[in-house]
Amino acid sequence: MNHPQPPETSNEPLAPGQRLPESERKEFSPEAIAEIQGIMAKFPDKLAATLPALYIAQREFGFVSLAAMKAVAKAIGIPEGHVFGVATFYTMYQKAPVGKFHFSVCTNISCALRGAAQLLEKVCEKTGVKPGQGPSPDGMWSVEEVECLAGCGVAPCIQVNQDVYDELVDEQKLIEVMEACKRGEYRPWAQ
Amino acid sequence: MAAIRTKRDPHTYTFPGFGTDKFPNLMLRGAGDLDNWHLKVYEQQHEGYVAMKQALKMEPVAVTEEVKASGIRGRGGAGFPAGLKWSFMPKDTPERKLTRYLVCNGDEGEPGTFKDRVILEYNPHQLIEGMIIGGWAMQCAVGYIYIRGEFLWLIEKLEAAIQEAREAGYLGKNILGTGWDYDLLVYRGAGAYICGEETALLNSLEGRRGEPRVKPPFPAAKGAFGQPTTVNNVETLAAVPPIIRMGGAEYAKIGTPKNTGTRIFGVSGHVKRPGIYELPLGTPMNFLVEELAGGSSTGKKIKAIIPGGASAPMFDEKDFDCPLDFDTVKARGSMAGSGGLIVMDEDTCIVQATLRLIKFYAHESCGQCTPCREGCNWMEMILYRIEHGEGRMEDLDLLASLTPRISMRTLCPLGDAACGPMDSALQKFRHEFEHHITHKTCYTTGSKLLSTVGAH
Ligand SMILES: Cc1cc2nc3c(=O)[nH]c(=O)nc-3n(C[C@H](O)[C@H](O)[C@H](O)COP(=O)(O)O)c2cc1C
Ligand code: SF4
Ligand code: FES
Repeated sequence: MNHPQPPETSNEPLAPGQRLPESERKEFSPEAIAEIQGIMAKFPDKLAATLPALYIAQREFGFVSLAAMKAVAKAIGIPEGHVFGVATFYTMYQKAPVGKFHFSVCTNISCALRGAAQLLEKVCEKTGVKPGQGPSPDGMWSVEEVECLAGCGVAPCIQVNQDVYDELVDEQKLIEVMEACKRGEYRPWAQ
Repeated sequence: MAAIRTKRDPHTYTFPGFGTDKFPNLMLRGAGDLDNWHLKVYEQQHEGYVAMKQALKMEPVAVTEEVKASGIRGRGGAGFPAGLKWSFMPKDTPERKLTRYLVCNGDEGEPGTFKDRVILEYNPHQLIEGMIIGGWAMQCAVGYIYIRGEFLWLIEKLEAAIQEAREAGYLGKNILGTGWDYDLLVYRGAGAYICGEETALLNSLEGRRGEPRVKPPFPAAKGAFGQPTTVNNVETLAAVPPIIRMGGAEYAKIGTPKNTGTRIFGVSGHVKRPGIYELPLGTPMNFLVEELAGGSSTGKKIKAIIPGGASAPMFDEKDFDCPLDFDTVKARGSMAGSGGLIVMDEDTCIVQATLRLIKFYAHESCGQCTPCREGCNWMEMILYRIEHGEGRMEDLDLLASLTPRISMRTLCPLGDAACGPMDSALQKFRHEFEHHITHKTCYTTGSKLLSTVGAH
């Protein structure tokens, strides 16, 4: 008997045989290396620099590509496998390119009670992309469904790139946010 | 650089009577005021760093004793007495000098919880002061503050606040002439609910995957970087300055005898004034939901309330009068957890709500233990088919038989946490599940908690 199954989650680890998209950039800039070394020096163990270095890689490479992970391993002097394991464990490291404005929409319970599911549908409709699908053809938008953002009291909320949340988002507010993105009032991804 | 927030966040923080003896405001002083994160404002308007100066003149053990006397229980979820936890930290002996760490848990990922964020937003210096006092009491070398990755703007604000404290001489070498060196380091998480569990947090802080560790050894024996460590929630640490300032015994008079002090409750869902309310422990739930949060926002009756963040079993109508303290909520079959109340009205489909919650646990399970990894996924799949009209009556027994095989059989409490909503929903709202199976549609009308755009 066949039962419907819930859809696969988009930020699932890689399927067997699936390859990570590649980035153009292959190496860190000297400034990034210096920054990573500064972080390594702050902690008792250099391994602790893994998470911060992956953020730096995300900023420099645009997303955490395989080359970015290798560059992190080389910069810290730790096994590539460790970096790969860490990068794929955490959802905030994007393992594929995202749009210039990446929308994280919380659909967890408190937001859902206040219309987050409908909001997510609106976001998809207005940007023309679905969660986990990569950026829109013009490179402007991408969408991700995320778990609780700790903005439950002012639900539903969305985060654009890694900025301050936009709260109590309805259709009108969503249009305003998108217009503000186009006007350059939000920092573009990875800057 | 993310911008330091310039617009006020729209949460509700206050109510008539807040700040009086009946409803002391120990934690939410100045919430809503965007300049409040500056050291100057904190010192001039909120008795800032008075407690720290007092504590640094006391013996470290005496500080721990004061916290013990206050009776404060951890605000992160488990409600473990903070003073007792501090006293577990091993001390230096003449032969052996130890490096001890204090870690602040600012991962705040429990759905329905948004309280630590307010402290970081408006009162970061109270947290810094609490961490200095805690660091002194346990004679720590460094304090790490682990904050979830999404809070980038709060991390930058906190770092700016820490810099102000350094410049004032409250952090660094030989703090205020005591000969004690101590500094704070902020660490940014990267999106994983499980990193809120204290040993997973320690792994993450060390730059590893956030997988919980086997206990024992407990963090007090072997924690961050292999050294003795204490992990406390943001709110627990931020409560320390008022405790020292007023004295443990005085603090213990707030709340009820075994559940002392105030805590920050967050109310979300179907209420008129969702937001953050600081109340003494033991305040009845219906006072908070009806009086302060204004009752149902939809005009419909309230059907269920989750009293302590998503992991807490749901309450139905007969428990809406429950006093919100750790012991009573537990005695009534739920948990006070993180203090986040999620209110659902009559039109909410409990099957959808449960499915959404279980989907969260299935997604966030770290995958180390089979019962949690497989069990949560199976619960999700079974609920999914019930919700989509393809459930069978046996599915309900199957669900009920799954939870005892997950609960208490896993490395960390995430597995148990997933069982809380599942069990309580089945016990209290079984008819909704049955209706879904027999009628292939919701018992309620118009409940749309799940998006149709699929992939998550
Ligand atoms: C799955 C899981 C998630 C948790 N998330 C958090 C969290 O986000 N914040 C927090 O302070 N404690 C969280 N905890 C509780 C911590 O493990 C720990 O008990 C707490 O940080 C101790 O601090 P306290 O004694 O001050 O409460 C979580 C526990 C579990 C099992
Ligand atoms: S209970 Fe779940 S989250 Fe916790 S260690 Fe086991 S698999 Fe990981
Ligand atoms: S449930 Fe959406 S922010 Fe908490």
